[in-house]
Amino acid sequence: MGVENATKKNKRIDLSSGVLSVAASLICILIGLLVGFIILCCINGEYAADGFSRIIKGGFYLMPKGIGTVLSQTAPLIMTGLSVAFAFKTGLFNIGAAGQYTVGALGALYFALILQMPWYVCLLAAMVFGAVWGAIPGIFKAYFNVNEVITAIMFNWIGLYAVNEIIYKGVLGSMYDLKTTKTYTLRGSAPQAVIPDMGLNAVFNTKSTTIAIFIAIVIAVLVYIIINKTTFGYELKACGHNKDAARYAGINEKKNIVLSMTIAGALSGIGAGLYYLSGVAEWNPQVSTALPAMGFNGIPVALLALSNPVGVIFAALFVSHITVGGGYLPTKYFQPEIADVIIAVIIYLCAFVSLFKGVVVEAVVKRRKKKAQTAPDGKEADE
Amino acid sequence: MFLLLKYTLLYAVVLMLVALGGMFSERSGVINIALEGIMAIGGLAGILVLVLFQATLPAAAVIILSILASAIAGMLYSLLLGFSAITLKADQTIGGTALNMLATAAAVVIVKAYNNSATGGNGSASSKLTYSNKEFIFTAGPLTYNIFLIIGIVLLIAAYIFLYKTKYGLRLRSCGEHPQAADSVGINVYRWRYTGVMISGFLGGLGGFAYIVPSVSTWNFEVGVTGFGFLALAVMIFGQWKPFRIAAAAVFFAVFKSLANIADATFLTNLHLSKNIYDMMPFIASMVILAFTSKNSQAPKAEGIPYDKGAR
Repeated sequence: MGVENATKKNKRIDLSSGVLSVAASLICILIGLLVGFIILCCINGEYAADGFSRIIKGGFYLMPKGIGTVLSQTAPLIMTGLSVAFAFKTGLFNIGAAGQYTVGALGALYFALILQMPWYVCLLAAMVFGAVWGAIPGIFKAYFNVNEVITAIMFNWIGLYAVNEIIYKGVLGSMYDLKTTKTYTLRGSAPQAVIPDMGLNAVFNTKSTTIAIFIAIVIAVLVYIIINKTTFGYELKACGHNKDAARYAGINEKKNIVLSMTIAGALSGIGAGLYYLSGVAEWNPQVSTALPAMGFNGIPVALLALSNPVGVIFAALFVSHITVGGGYLPTKYFQPEIADVIIAVIIYLCAFVSLFKGVVVEAVVKRRKKKAQTAPDGKEADE
Repeated sequence: MFLLLKYTLLYAVVLMLVALGGMFSERSGVINIALEGIMAIGGLAGILVLVLFQATLPAAAVIILSILASAIAGMLYSLLLGFSAITLKADQTIGGTALNMLATAAAVVIVKAYNNSATGGNGSASSKLTYSNKEFIFTAGPLTYNIFLIIGIVLLIAAYIFLYKTKYGLRLRSCGEHPQAADSVGINVYRWRYTGVMISGFLGGLGGFAYIVPSVSTWNFEVGVTGFGFLALAVMIFGQWKPFRIAAAAVFFAVFKSLANIADATFLTNLHLSKNIYDMMPFIASMVILAFTSKNSQAPKAEGIPYDKGAR
């Protein structure tokens, strides 16, 4: 698929500088915000400036609570962003993060509410559940030649309906609270499964800011090391750049496709674990007829970060900053979904932003070559 | 039994229209994963026309206007995909995904803004629109049909004739199989790819309208079109990118989809399966079928690859 093309281009750009990559992402963000401002003006010009400043301020609009909210939203977003970014490195497009996230949520809630396990066991369970759901598109891709995008989309929906059915009907045990029409709150029914907050809740005056954000950052660094410093990571990247060459070099590309999707699924699963085990929200099997946005928002995060695991941390911070800001829009004049529109516009731009960079890099290279040719001593330009 | 037939016809027409749309786009060489979003935008445009003009204009005018609005809105929205995938040679899957997300978010914003202004701006606007759909439905014999059945059959035949019996169809197909060869005999690849994407937007938008309007009279735009656009992609693959096979595949999938709607009214109640299980069925069925049919897939050879005039 075209993803391979994109990664190939990225490789060439790496030769120049990371500055350009950051600049490209910033251009996407700026244009996206501009579009958001225009929409605000169209809906209600009088309050547009106020609304826009609330989006820009994001969590800072409501100190310190807003920052706590941003942090607790960022942790799962880093994980889904990593999930998509990891798959990109192998030339796969993991659009299934939403489904893996959903199934991971089931794993976390089952181990927490029914089995009454401590939080780290629940987190591992979320990881395993997500990994299984991620492995499926990998297996279909490697052994049945079905495009992973199609499989992942289908299994997003299958996962959503299955999880709703299991929780609502109590297949694995009673997790569903008839009074709130959601799953039981972790703090009420399984306090041992809540991720410790180490005093963060007191600092930010919130209920669900936990050390999840630090766990996510540590995992992001680990993923960076795996991709860039290990043989395994090299093999995965080789498959992503050129499948045939990788096979020729003795790399088992089928195994790598399945492994890559499994790991991507595991990362999404952990994301769900971090979200639900922090007690940010409860799963609502009746209203949740749409897939969780957290899964899909992993895609813009990965794209903004150009699939760099460390970049994912900052991209995730930005996306949840904007989303939280959208939530502070006065509903009397504006709709909080405007933040989603901004994010969608940013991904749309990200799809071809690497091409802008390509053009810039080519122009720079050409100019350098020209300089080298016209230079009197004929010294070669260092590229 | 009649109930099953009714829903099967309803869904089959929608799936067929949207899958035909996907076919035109992919036959010209552009993967259209944005069908889901195009359906949502088309449905929104058509329903807005219904809501705004239903009271004032005669029924026939409302029908024609709303159908045209949905198709044209889909077509315009698909231009965004064309611009990124054809002109800017961007990754078609990512561009399509962005458009899907944009469609749902934009639809919710528009509907809420509309409801907000209609109710005087008290800030509690919902993302639902209510309309009357009785102009679109007529009864003949024991069954009720909707107007889209006729439109669908006409468009199916038109699609077949266009694709296989005219020189334009041949040109469009050649751009999806071997664009370099097409270019070498003077066919403008970019133009034909835009044509393919726009036809797919037209059919997708119409399909979105045909999905929402005949079956219910209130629609919550927060759910988009509940994954129907993706199901249509599976129908297209199962139909091997050929019009009549797609029609047959659409009927097959529609049966599975209909089971959920009739479950509590017929003998199926005795099985005590819940709606979630039935909702899962079309997706599971499509995965099983894809697993067996994808090995010898007849996908257009150049789909998903941006055409670069200067490439060697």
